[in-house]
Amino acid sequence: MNRLNELFKNKKSPILSIYFTAGYPDLNSTLDIAEALENGGADFIEIGFPYSDPVADGPVIQASSQVALKNGMTLPILFEQLKDLRKRVSIPVLLMGYVNPVLQYGVENFCNKAAEVGVDGIIVPDLPMYEYESLYKDCFLGNKLSNIFLVTPQTSEERIRKIDGLSNGFIYLLSSSSTTGKDLKVSNEADSYFQRIRDMNLQNPTMIGFGISDQKSFNKAAEYTRGAIVGSAFVKLLGTENALDRVGEFLKMIRG
Amino acid sequence: MNREFIKSSVNWGVNDKGYYGDFGGAYIPEMLYPNVEELRTKYLDIIYDPSFQESFHKLLKDYVGRPSPLFLAGRLSEKYGARIFLKREDLNHTGAHKINNTVGQILLAQRLGKKRIIAETGAGQHGVATATVCALMGLECVVYMGEIDIQRQAPNVARMKMMGATVVPATSGSKTLKDATNEAMRDWINNPVDTHYIIGSVVGPHPYPDMVARFQAIISEETKAQLKEQTGSENPNIVMACVGGGSNAIGMFYHFLDDEDVRLIAIEAAGLGVESGESAATTALGKEGVLHGSRSILMQTNDGQVVEPYSISAGLDYPGIGPQHAHLFKTGRGEYVSATDDEAMDAGRLLAELEGIIPAIESAHALAHLDKMKFKGNETVVICLSGRGDKDLDNYMKHFNL
Ligand SMILES: Cc1ncc(COP(=O)(O)O)c(C=O)c1O
Repeated sequence: MNRLNELFKNKKSPILSIYFTAGYPDLNSTLDIAEALENGGADFIEIGFPYSDPVADGPVIQASSQVALKNGMTLPILFEQLKDLRKRVSIPVLLMGYVNPVLQYGVENFCNKAAEVGVDGIIVPDLPMYEYESLYKDCFLGNKLSNIFLVTPQTSEERIRKIDGLSNGFIYLLSSSSTTGKDLKVSNEADSYFQRIRDMNLQNPTMIGFGISDQKSFNKAAEYTRGAIVGSAFVKLLGTENALDRVGEFLKMIRG
Repeated sequence: MNREFIKSSVNWGVNDKGYYGDFGGAYIPEMLYPNVEELRTKYLDIIYDPSFQESFHKLLKDYVGRPSPLFLAGRLSEKYGARIFLKREDLNHTGAHKINNTVGQILLAQRLGKKRIIAETGAGQHGVATATVCALMGLECVVYMGEIDIQRQAPNVARMKMMGATVVPATSGSKTLKDATNEAMRDWINNPVDTHYIIGSVVGPHPYPDMVARFQAIISEETKAQLKEQTGSENPNIVMACVGGGSNAIGMFYHFLDDEDVRLIAIEAAGLGVESGESAATTALGKEGVLHGSRSILMQTNDGQVVEPYSISAGLDYPGIGPQHAHLFKTGRGEYVSATDDEAMDAGRLLAELEGIIPAIESAHALAHLDKMKFKGNETVVICLSGRGDKDLDNYMKHFNL
């Protein structure tokens, strides 16, 4: 059991997770933002490590990634910053990013280092299931890292079952097949997809992400799953002045 | 049924996991999985289908103008002391080999029931080839092109528009081919049901590299027959082609892969020089990594960020190569070399003067390597002349003060 598993085991009310890109808006803001999120009431956080070619991301996270790279953010620098993570933050922390920087860092190094600084899980959207199973799984599990898979409305039931079998944290439901930062489509179609997943009685908890930006979309997510993940809307806030002072306010706005 | 022309190489083809040795795979986010999986499970059945083959070959013949000639370049041969043939892909409709692939993929998209086509383009050649087949079939066409390339390649933008395509500027990142590819992938993520993505080279997630290779394999299939007719032997000593993503090169190599006495030479763009910091010589400068859905060799920083390449030729200005090329490079089956901007421009001019053929600057990179070769006796060489130089006249004019 890692912190993430504990959270899903113990928390009764809807869970709110926040994503931000490390190195944005400033190179050294990572831990300050994480701390502000914990103090503001986030249940867990996803720290994005930037990549030059983020195909799954919309304009907001693309732009934050570019700024972060310009600021000089790299995985070695991020891990250096995260040395003090567990002195300042107690909620679960996930790292999220694309596979190529992980490959260059070395998959084993990456897992070891993540575990060493107190990270609980990893989301790498372009790491395929086959490669995860054959090459990466042991390294993740050996370090008590949850690997988080995504599911879209087009993912087949058979594949969702397989993902459920390989997951050990939660399953990340996309509200629709889209890049990050689009508004959640509140539609009958989305409802029936969320309902379909709920009726599958998966062994892992689910969360909804992509397009969650306000109380309405958060409530919609919480109606069908354990909660929701907010990314672009928070990254947008980070781009404004004195953003850290308004993190609590932002989280209250989402949770209602 | 003609299964021959698309038979997979025994030793060098893709395996059932989508890999060529250490390279390939399908490194895609879940949002792309249903579309790519649909392709993976259906593409072979579709292209082996006799009705597909018939349509494909009929279009290649009546619309594209195939077979493209294999031309013995007499004065060039004399200059270099070898028997040099040019495979004239420049004579295809739209002026390059790119159309072989788009004809194949549009027929495939129709059989998958897709209504909307997207593509990426750098120089605009693949964009034009895609807009062309979409007009032919009456399908909606959206082409992503880097904002900077849109400015550099105005005539091709106009050609696409004239054929009814929508050209969308890619404004992210470096605003060139790699970013246009990112944008096309994002479009596909956001349109998961009715859209087919026509990738323009042997790159992308499995099955794209294999599928595009099979459509371009027509180049070497014809070459074998033409060589047999003209020389009495279907194998040359050497085949050569330029490499951006690598589709004309794979097409040129395809049916020679298992004939291991045939040397395969791939020429990358060195830009201002391999060590100049302004280059696109991927195998010289790159490391193994993942870009646009496959594991291959790519130009990147130590931290795994993709580096923006440079070449005077927009079609070779790509930071990666297809996974099959990475495999041919790593195993030594292929020889990977490079030519600079200046070397390519000189070779382009030389061909114009000696043979009355103005090549695309991409193809001129392959010609440029002739200068560095030492031929034993009267070796037979086939060079893929992947495209014509009309689109590059501006560049030639500037470079030579014409
Ligand atoms: C004439 C020509 N040759 C070669 C290329 C490079 O592509 P590939 O390496 O896929 O053949 C291009 C790309 O635009 C091209 O237009």
